[in-house]
Amino acid sequence: MSAIVLNDVDPKKRRTLVIGGSVVGAVVGVAVAVPFIGSMFPSERAKAAGGPVSYAIDKIEPGQMVTIEYRGAPHWILNRTPEMVAQLGKNDALLADPKSEGSKQPASAKNANRSIRPDILVLRAVCTHLGCVPSLRKKVVPADDLGADWPGGFFCPCHQSKFDMSGRVFKGMPAPTNLEVTAYRFDGDNIVIDADVKGA
Amino acid sequence: MSNAIKEPIAPPIPGPAGKLIVWVDARFPLMSLWKDHLSEYYAPKNFNFWYYFGALSMLVLVMQIVTGIFLTMNYKPDAKTAFASVEYIMRDVQWGWLIRYMHSTGASLFFLVVYLHMMRGLLYGSYRKPRELLWIFGCMIYLALMAEAFFGYLLPWGQMSYWGAQVIINLFAAVPIIGPDLAIWIRGDFNVGDATLNRFFAFHVIAIPLVLLGLVAAHIMALHEVGSNNPDGIEIKKNIDPTTGTPRDGIPFHPYYTVKDIVGVVVFLALFSAIVFFAPEMGGYFLEAQNFVQADPLQTPAHIAPVWYFTPFYAMLRAVPSFLGSQFWGVAVMGAATLILFALPWLDRGNVRSIRYRGPLHKRFLAAFVISFLVLGYLGVVPTTVWGQLPKALPLIGGDDLATWVARVLTIVYFSFFVLMPWYTKKDIPNEKPEPTRVTY
Repeated sequence: MSAIVLNDVDPKKRRTLVIGGSVVGAVVGVAVAVPFIGSMFPSERAKAAGGPVSYAIDKIEPGQMVTIEYRGAPHWILNRTPEMVAQLGKNDALLADPKSEGSKQPASAKNANRSIRPDILVLRAVCTHLGCVPSLRKKVVPADDLGADWPGGFFCPCHQSKFDMSGRVFKGMPAPTNLEVTAYRFDGDNIVIDADVKGA
Repeated sequence: MSNAIKEPIAPPIPGPAGKLIVWVDARFPLMSLWKDHLSEYYAPKNFNFWYYFGALSMLVLVMQIVTGIFLTMNYKPDAKTAFASVEYIMRDVQWGWLIRYMHSTGASLFFLVVYLHMMRGLLYGSYRKPRELLWIFGCMIYLALMAEAFFGYLLPWGQMSYWGAQVIINLFAAVPIIGPDLAIWIRGDFNVGDATLNRFFAFHVIAIPLVLLGLVAAHIMALHEVGSNNPDGIEIKKNIDPTTGTPRDGIPFHPYYTVKDIVGVVVFLALFSAIVFFAPEMGGYFLEAQNFVQADPLQTPAHIAPVWYFTPFYAMLRAVPSFLGSQFWGVAVMGAATLILFALPWLDRGNVRSIRYRGPLHKRFLAAFVISFLVLGYLGVVPTTVWGQLPKALPLIGGDDLATWVARVLTIVYFSFFVLMPWYTKKDIPNEKPEPTRVTY
């Protein structure tokens, strides 16, 4: 046996071992982190609970809006009256994104009315600013608190973003984009909200 | 720690207790810890009112931990039962109302004393060399404290808990590219729900408190390494009495400052008790009325505002308009407003530390900073329509909310304090007053 003397140290070998050990340690560290970080994503149960939901559209009167829950977020189905639909085309100059170029919607709803059928509007009722639920504010005569020229639409109470009757945001609002249209389809008299619907 | 075998100390007190101390000290650095951090830690003798708030922060931290432990004995971190369990604590658990109000009041007063503690640092230049790391640990404590408060606020599962969390998590969704997935990962579901509540509970009761305790330990160790600053901003270690080997302007922390701090603690606890017993909700500023309504994912409260201690940053967030189809800029400004504190030690180019000897420019910028922080804090509480609209006749900004524009200007003032600091502190050097050689009162 000989005493351990510092002079016996081979610095080159030690450096190689330190680097090698550190790299292996880092790889193991990342590998160990995977299951922990993964456990924080939605569970299988949460994903299954996010399946499609349907609603009978003949129950919704013209001008009436229902709110249903899909994936934990409120969704609106609004049966727009012909007057509401007619108003949509007149808003374009006031809107930030009238053609919905920078907004989220399925291809089938990327049109002037942001809907498959002109009258039935489906929107994810979550403000694109910070996730509050806006409220339906119809055009009221005489003028209400949103001003005499309010054309009717949606109003977010959190930061005062305003949207028209197809969920398109007005210019100069905190919300950066139009309200999101979640993918949906018609199934007989039912409307089915399903983010994973094919060909949408 | 040395490699030499430790010599046993002489018993500090007679009798068996002294022998016990000798026995322990041979196995644990008891006396050296006591001396280094209390009986022989020399602090400047001119500490004033502003120097209460460090000790008070520690007091509140301990109170929060103790009351928090007792709250977890009856609280249920489950979206179905959380709200009811808090009401159960308030109505049926013996003294539950007191423990909960101590915890909720403690949260607000924690921020109050920490803000005053930070203000002390700004006034007397306590962040300057060699206390940069001490300041950085402090900033990290502040960030951890904000996280702790945010996670804790979801737990009662009231409307404001829910929608506040919703708004803040959606800030992360604004991060380019990874944002939406990041938000889902934070929530553990497609929306704030049971999974979110459960993990926030884990963060609030174990993860962040552990980090916080570690940071507080590091903060105090760094403080005791470099020594305390003082209202004159001069180094007491530069003037050592050769006969005692201790600073001429220093006094041992114990008993002098422990006794002084007890006075502060008594006054603080009187204020604390007055709030707990007479105004635990503080007119909606400590506990918001909306939070006595159970969380409802389908119904946003008419007006969402965070608790008062977050409102300056919230006002900045609201003031920044969306740009290039993204609202990330508001988030970035809010994040930068907290992170810029870290850079402070390297932004200050002045020769003196304390406000007492600074030039007029620095004083004006500091005053503007404090005013902007306070007014932003107010604007974050109220709706943006509070001051009405600008006249429609004004070009460009006509018709906008006046409060939004005030918040924009104040956000710029807030950042100017930091960004322009290298310039104005340097320009101020000729107007600085000479520092004394010994501390003054």
